[in-house]
Amino acid sequence: MSPAPSKNYTDDVSLLVVTLDTNPFFWSDFPSHFSDFLSQVLAFLNSILLLGQLNQVVVIATGCNSCSYVYDSSSNKNHASTNGTMPALYSNLLHNLDEFIAKDKQLTTAHEPGNVPSSLLSGSLSKALCYIQRAFRSGPMHPQPRILCLQGSPDGPEQYVAIMNAIFSAQRSSVPVDSCYIASSNSSNSAFLQQASYITGGIYYKPPQLDGLFQYLSAVFATDLHSRAFLRLPKSLGVDFRASCFCHKKTIDTGYVCSVCLSIFCEHHDKCSTCSSVFGQAQSVAASTDNRKRKAE
Amino acid sequence: MNNSIAGRPLNEDDEEDEVNEDGLEAWERAYTEDRSWESLQEDESGLLRSIDTSAVQHAQYRRRLRALAANAATARIQKGLIRYLYIVVDLSKAASERDFRPSRMAVIAKQVETFIREFFDQNPLSHVGLVTTKDGVASCLTDLGGSPESHIKALMGKLECSGDASLQNALDLVHSNLNQIPSYGHREVLILYSALSTCDPSDIMETIQKCKKGKMRCSVIGLAAEMFICKHLCQETGGTYSIALDESHFKELILEHCPPPPAIAEYATANLIKMGFPQRAAEGSVAICTCHEEAKTEGGYTCPRCKVRVCELPTECRICGLTLISSPHLARSYHHLFPIVPFVEISASFQNDPSHRFPNTCFGCEESLLSQGNKPELSVYCPKCKQQFCFDCDIYIHESLHNCPGCESFRHSKSITTAQ
Ligand SMILES: [Zn+2]
Ligand SMILES: [Zn+2]
Ligand SMILES: [Zn+2]
Ligand SMILES: [Zn+2]
Ligand SMILES: [Zn+2]
Ligand SMILES: [Zn+2]
Repeated sequence: MSPAPSKNYTDDVSLLVVTLDTNPFFWSDFPSHFSDFLSQVLAFLNSILLLGQLNQVVVIATGCNSCSYVYDSSSNKNHASTNGTMPALYSNLLHNLDEFIAKDKQLTTAHEPGNVPSSLLSGSLSKALCYIQRAFRSGPMHPQPRILCLQGSPDGPEQYVAIMNAIFSAQRSSVPVDSCYIASSNSSNSAFLQQASYITGGIYYKPPQLDGLFQYLSAVFATDLHSRAFLRLPKSLGVDFRASCFCHKKTIDTGYVCSVCLSIFCEHHDKCSTCSSVFGQAQSVAASTDNRKRKAE
Repeated sequence: MNNSIAGRPLNEDDEEDEVNEDGLEAWERAYTEDRSWESLQEDESGLLRSIDTSAVQHAQYRRRLRALAANAATARIQKGLIRYLYIVVDLSKAASERDFRPSRMAVIAKQVETFIREFFDQNPLSHVGLVTTKDGVASCLTDLGGSPESHIKALMGKLECSGDASLQNALDLVHSNLNQIPSYGHREVLILYSALSTCDPSDIMETIQKCKKGKMRCSVIGLAAEMFICKHLCQETGGTYSIALDESHFKELILEHCPPPPAIAEYATANLIKMGFPQRAAEGSVAICTCHEEAKTEGGYTCPRCKVRVCELPTECRICGLTLISSPHLARSYHHLFPIVPFVEISASFQNDPSHRFPNTCFGCEESLLSQGNKPELSVYCPKCKQQFCFDCDIYIHESLHNCPGCESFRHSKSITTAQ
């Protein structure tokens, strides 16, 4: 599938899969413009490709209602549209991104103003992992894959299970998930991305200001996995491992866990709302009642 | 063909290193280790070629998936997620037989290691203990515990076999240990039996009845031939009995015990357990931990109730007794609760039907699903989001990812799940 049969791979060849948050609700509330952000990210992506000619970059747009591949440096469609004024990377990516954002907008339904809806990080992480599996299948000399999440929207609690599934799958295939969390307020952090980076051995970093985003990206996230051992990268400032309860989606530090299905609750219940076990009773009684709940998902 | 070559080092230097390690010539090694003749097949013209495994594997996988889905539909999500499992390893003389390479004992040890790691991956709150039987007696190698490393280390240090195996002594020992566990736990025994006899002090039938009464689910994997007493034990206690044909079959059989069995109704009572979810402290902050009683800087966890530092999770707080666990530990098993539906195969005729236009690229990995002659290759689609996937993604999604990238990529399917 991919060209150049005489690849001389070393540890240093990277496959970087970037998930790019395009959530329009987030960017409209944010003090700096999406276009400023994008121009810095594009410069960063270009520098990755320039670091080694075998390096590969894939960009997945994470929208509010859908996710899609917008750029793949190994795809042979890219070189056709170079028109001399703009490098292929930019024109292809911008073209696909425009299309994606327009389509994502069409799918947008009304939402109450004031609270920013989450973007579909679980979808783009799942796609990124499928793409990386394809790279693993390409033979024993595959490039070293990693994922970089450029995320700004708040976590969507309804994606919790899906995101955790993706994180564990990434951990099993030793794919580090780096996260660069962009948020206007200093105190907010993404617990999902903190856990993703901690569990998979990636880097979580929140740039203090966006003007120098390119500097942060190229200093922290551009290094390949092999070279990271020699650098002093930002240390983890703690990981929020608190759970959210299934009943109110509230973050709690002590709670009750159902011994049958491990659902988490913030207060004592007589009956589990997930698996309908009655606590302190044999399960057979509970199983026969209340069968309807679990149809969806 | 390519597969078998790809796994082998082509580099000459590597080749030489390996010869030195094994003390075997290259040609000897190929035969003793992987029985390469077993993967050959004769084609119509009588030529030998390696079996095209990928299609066969996918077919096998789909069968397994359908069986699982059928099970899940009937048993729903009542799974015994808190399991207390004793692994009984037979280290009698029979375990030194060399019909498995290099010996039964070595194969068992290797696969038990894989099993224990996979078991804790899938059953984060469960406990495992190891029991060995040889010289007509049974002894406890490790107590019930949650750390895979300590079990593996203990087993590797005790790999010597002698004398006869005793099924009854092993069952008695396990029974007395499993009697003390909390009532919400599932009691299980997995016996890896090499011998063809058992050396028992009294009537084993009484022991089997005792196990049945104690709600212990006993399963046996034999390495030699079927034995009546093992079969009887498994039937009585609701376990499974199987005989391994070769190493890969043994691995398959033992890994079948990793996913939690459907909880058999009266075997355990449901319970709410109070737990704490500590946060991880920043790297470099100094505190004295209660487990080692040393000052540590690596960033441990803080008990939410009494605020002492512990180094590792899951554990029980030494000060206030609260069970401490990290939420990712629990989340590891949530995919059992919310399994994704099996994908539907797209047949060639279906593909040509103009009312079902598929884009012919895999939604997950973007791989083109058109083979050389522009004829669409076999593929599958998700019945919920109607996205098309390649076979490789199908397997990856169901066996490791546990998310459908299509369903996760569209908001409307999400809002349904949150609304319910
Ligand atoms: Zn609650
Ligand atoms: Zn439950
Ligand atoms: Zn300690
Ligand atoms: Zn405490
Ligand atoms: Zn695919
Ligand atoms: Zn789907």
